[in-house]
Amino acid sequence: MTTLAPRVPSRFLPVLATVALFVLAFGVGSARYDGFASGQVIANLFIDNAFLIVLAAGMTFVILSGGIDLSVGSVVALSTMVTASGLQAGWPVPLVVVAVLLIGSTLGLLMGLVIHKFDIQPFIVTLAGMFLARGLCFVISVESVSIKDRTFRDVATAAIELPGGVTITYNVVIALLVVAAAMYVLHRTRFGRTVYAVGGSESSALLMGLPTTRVKVGVYVISGLCSSLAGLLFSLYMLSGYGLHAVGMELDAIAAVVIGGTLLAGGVGYVLGGLAGVLVLGTIQTLISFQGTLSSWWTKIVIGVLLLVFIAVQRTMVRR
Amino acid sequence: MKNRLLWPLLALAALLLLNLIVTPSFFSLRMQDGALYGGLVDVLKNGAPTLLIALGMTLVIATRGIDLSVGAVAAIAGAVTCVHIGTSGSAGTAIAGMAIALVLCAVLGLWNGFLVAGLGIQPIIATLVLMTAGRGVAMLVTEGQIVTVNNTAYKQVGAGFLVLPISILISLLVLGLVAFVTRKTALGMLIEAVGVNPEASRLAGVRSRTIIWTVYVFAAVCAGIAGLMISSNVSAADANNAGLWIEMDAILAVVIGGTSLAGGRYSLTGTLLGALIIQTLTTTVYTIGVAPEVTLVFKAVVVIAVCLVQAPKARAALSFRKVAVPS
Repeated sequence: MTTLAPRVPSRFLPVLATVALFVLAFGVGSARYDGFASGQVIANLFIDNAFLIVLAAGMTFVILSGGIDLSVGSVVALSTMVTASGLQAGWPVPLVVVAVLLIGSTLGLLMGLVIHKFDIQPFIVTLAGMFLARGLCFVISVESVSIKDRTFRDVATAAIELPGGVTITYNVVIALLVVAAAMYVLHRTRFGRTVYAVGGSESSALLMGLPTTRVKVGVYVISGLCSSLAGLLFSLYMLSGYGLHAVGMELDAIAAVVIGGTLLAGGVGYVLGGLAGVLVLGTIQTLISFQGTLSSWWTKIVIGVLLLVFIAVQRTMVRR
Repeated sequence: MKNRLLWPLLALAALLLLNLIVTPSFFSLRMQDGALYGGLVDVLKNGAPTLLIALGMTLVIATRGIDLSVGAVAAIAGAVTCVHIGTSGSAGTAIAGMAIALVLCAVLGLWNGFLVAGLGIQPIIATLVLMTAGRGVAMLVTEGQIVTVNNTAYKQVGAGFLVLPISILISLLVLGLVAFVTRKTALGMLIEAVGVNPEASRLAGVRSRTIIWTVYVFAAVCAGIAGLMISSNVSAADANNAGLWIEMDAILAVVIGGTSLAGGRYSLTGTLLGALIIQTLTTTVYTIGVAPEVTLVFKAVVVIAVCLVQAPKARAALSFRKVAVPS
């Protein structure tokens, strides 16, 4: 390692490694299976994982600030439940959307305030949030509630035609807009800069006079908002609300963010890394379903191995 | 020390009182065929796996770590044993199966310890790997099926009685052993020293790495035994649902018991109280007649309440108010 030259790319190296992995996985799929290398398969990656992309974007904020949010999966479930039962009760769609987003961000705000004001570990507070949100689902209803609202179904099934005969859903558009917004906030605003500073060293950030309170609480509000939005996307995808939706999705989101090169210690990472991580996870799932002979539980094992490889690589990079 | 256990004790007492009011027969015990039955015995029996896993977790948390993989490890233990037993009814096969499962769990614990102490990866993430992959491995072992067995010897572990349920006797035995080994020797202090500052304890001559390896192996073996109890109780191995969320319950029990997630000190009595509180809470929700799924809401409330009571900042705010009122 001579001169400063390797330092600039080393910042982007983890993200590039993830993108390379995605290309590699996709290349392997295209070489082995007919019909894998089509635009629609790529589009389906986005369609099937739109909610996860949004979750990963929110999770990136929290992890960058040095925290963790275990409640996201449950908030997704709660959002589907509120959406489904709200629509069943005859609420207009805009009201449902606003209510869901409000609930999600309020939960995030409460967790953030408890974490910051009382100095309790984010892990345990968001664990409580996870229990609370899941429990609230069952307070609303223990059964699965299907969504029959016409407007909602129309949006869910509407296909947007792209050049080349590829179709995507509105979910994908929303997810990509969220990624763009997250990138803007994180990389182009003072708030985003402070998130990195707090993740790098909270006491230094405080001594520099940065508004750490606002950031430490803010990231959980953002994560809550993203989770509830992901919940709306998930309701569009599943067209039902159920308390057992999205069980363990928080782990997928964390895995995607970590595979995307974000350091769990905080301070290092990019929103695009999370997107790349989700695409890698999605490609693995697609590969396994194309293979046909492999059972679905291989997905879990492969994700675990990938997580391991990436954190081990991160570890050696940080040591250097 | 006493002060730290006061709140958990009060919470447990309040829960038991609530049960007494709702179901007056809750405290009645009866002997039948040399076994004790009753509401309290149920709490002990169902709480045994959580208590066992929480014990392992206590030591891990005392070293400033955390083990998220215990639920998956429990599922693997049950899966391996049930697949090994198969259709056999002999006690020997059951014991051999359990031995294989526990050795495998110890290896999984070594793996966690290697990631944390050897590679220096954050414990949450290091154990997240096994939490994600472990359930896949368990499903691989059972080939995605729920494996049922019919083996009386195996059934004893989770559902047998020796006046008291055998499962709680095992858990209490482990509790006694841990208490003896860590509190009557310097081991407990060394564990706490590693939790306070691994580097400083290493420089002071403590073998930090060995201690970290040891606690993860211990946690995994505890999880394995708990997995055997869970699977033996229903005579089946369910790779998907056995021990699901039990890592969360165990962490909760540890935290309620006053052990700080920041590491450096732990209370085994506290963990026992914590595990009892969680199980009593679950049982209470059943007896009151609320949908069992809603238990999660109560758990959330208890976690937040206990954490707030124990948080130094919240305590400071409370005592400040007490001073401020008279003036």
